[in-house]
Amino acid sequence: MVLRKSLADLSYPRVRVLDVSAAEPLIAAHGLVKRFGDFTAVAGIDVDVRAGEAFGFLGPNGAGKSSTMRMIGCVSAPSGGTLRILGMDPVRDGPAIRARLGVCPQQDSLDQDITVRENLTVYARYFGISRRQARQRADELLEFVQLTERANDKVEPLSGGMKRRLTIARALVNDPAIVLLDEPTTGLDPQARHLVWERLFQLKQRGVTLVLTTHYMDEAEQLCDRLVVMDGGRIGAEGSPRQLIERYATREVVELRFSDATLDSYLGKLEGIGERLELLPDRILLYADDGDLAVAAVHERQLRPSSVLVRRSTLEDVFLHLTGRTLVD
Amino acid sequence: MAHPTYAVFEHQLVSYRRVWRGSVLSSFLLPVLFLLAMGLTVGGYVDRGGGLGVRYLDFIAPGLLASTALQVAAGEATWPVHAGFVWHRMYHGMRATPVRIPDMVRGHIMYILLRVALSAVGFLVVMALFGAVHSAWAPAALPVAVLVGLATAAPIFAYSATISTDGMFAVLFRFAVVPMTLFAGVFFPVDSLPLAARALAYVSPLWHGVELTRAATLGTPTAWGGWAHVSFLVMWSVAGYLLAVHRFSRRLAD
Ligand SMILES: Nc1ncnc2c1ncn2[C@@H]1O[C@H](COP(=O)(O)OP(=O)(O)OP(=O)(O)O)[C@@H](O)[C@H]1O
Ligand SMILES: [Mg+2]
Repeated sequence: MVLRKSLADLSYPRVRVLDVSAAEPLIAAHGLVKRFGDFTAVAGIDVDVRAGEAFGFLGPNGAGKSSTMRMIGCVSAPSGGTLRILGMDPVRDGPAIRARLGVCPQQDSLDQDITVRENLTVYARYFGISRRQARQRADELLEFVQLTERANDKVEPLSGGMKRRLTIARALVNDPAIVLLDEPTTGLDPQARHLVWERLFQLKQRGVTLVLTTHYMDEAEQLCDRLVVMDGGRIGAEGSPRQLIERYATREVVELRFSDATLDSYLGKLEGIGERLELLPDRILLYADDGDLAVAAVHERQLRPSSVLVRRSTLEDVFLHLTGRTLVD
Repeated sequence: MAHPTYAVFEHQLVSYRRVWRGSVLSSFLLPVLFLLAMGLTVGGYVDRGGGLGVRYLDFIAPGLLASTALQVAAGEATWPVHAGFVWHRMYHGMRATPVRIPDMVRGHIMYILLRVALSAVGFLVVMALFGAVHSAWAPAALPVAVLVGLATAAPIFAYSATISTDGMFAVLFRFAVVPMTLFAGVFFPVDSLPLAARALAYVSPLWHGVELTRAATLGTPTAWGGWAHVSFLVMWSVAGYLLAVHRFSRRLAD
């Protein structure tokens, strides 16, 4: 019942979203480039995000995820390519687009000198929301991120994870059509992370479009309908988590640890087993459709790993394959 | 729907609510200390010479009023602005909303002008209690103080948005705020300065403010005529504002 009521509350941005013309994606980037001086942080990427989708950017540090998010957030002008958001041009219509975005930036930008609740009410006013409505929104959102008990405390002494939750709440104060979350759960404890996931899932259920970056593969797997893996300013792969796993990993993975000698000396000895080997600092990953068969083959070669783990492959394996430097095919 | 400039102003008021008592108290206390120490005590020696034509207290009180406007503006337009870019990143937060850069600059400066006005009211009341008000024009010193606040806060905003470390504020105070306070006619007439120094005083916004406040509380004419001084302050304000918007845009570009 409560959910129904909030669905009705949110019908306004949804109707607006649908006017954009059903064919046009909410975010459409073509050949998008961001340069800082001579350095190219985003080197021509194509991204389409459709209404109601949860879209993720994965990639190692410095891949260009935040640079892309800031262009989508209309706070950083593209250096090349085209970008349209909600059918508008981010350079010309910045304020009109930002009015309908919710942004949780990588680096917090809260006012540390005022209270938790005031941070929300003050921010709501920037969107032209009335004082009375701002107070009401603030209370709902504090409940939503479980910060009600800290409502009247100053922000400064809050823990890092609480500040992060407040930043997420602040991003929702204007009932945005698109929410941009740059590493929303970095620094959160497991409980808080699960809370945020659940909340983001609720938003998605209500039809809010989510765009997020993360370094947590389980987060990407849980939340994203579709994602891209970026590296060096380019997109290396695109698809749903399941598609990516099917395309870039085998069904199962064997994790092998050896206590003696250096790991790389085992690479040659393992060659030919399974489809592909990956060397990590502390273990070797062996990709195979049937893990148990692969383990049997390892033992046949008289190799004695100190530990063996057979598991299903995950997005993390895809990520390591696409961005790792130590892979052996 | 409230204008975004006003929303920025309101944000500052929310912070000010925490500290207003202390700030109002000091806006009465500081003038009392200044007028006692400088006006009466130092004045006791100065008046023996009788070179000014008026009591020293009456001479420096309006000057100190204008200088207070500068001090409040300089204090509020430096570290808090730097914090907005670097420490708390408040401006980056605003940047993600429909608020435009001119709104940020105007809303924040509006708040500083409110602070200047409150301090100026405190100062004028204390001056009256010390018997240092000699003209019915005295209330005109308030808008003049606000104008001095604008003419100094706006260019300092541009400066604060440009520097990368707060250590650079020492440079601003050492080479602009302190020399202006000492040599722009607050404590002695600029006529006694060598020509080059006098020229600098003429360029500074504070001297024009001092001329106007002094005329307002003493009922005497200004050096160049009221409108000339007002125009000078308006020029500083407009140029400072345009520069501040430009520097803010640069700072928030990426
Ligand atoms: N304002 C800037 N000026 C100059 N270079 C920048 C600027 N912002 C980002 N860069 C550079 O662009 C590259 C991409 O940075 P970006 O922040 O987009 O990476 P990211 O994928 O978000 O990384 P992380 O996972 O560490 O957050 C980096 O090499 C970074 O140094
Ligand atoms: Mg980043």
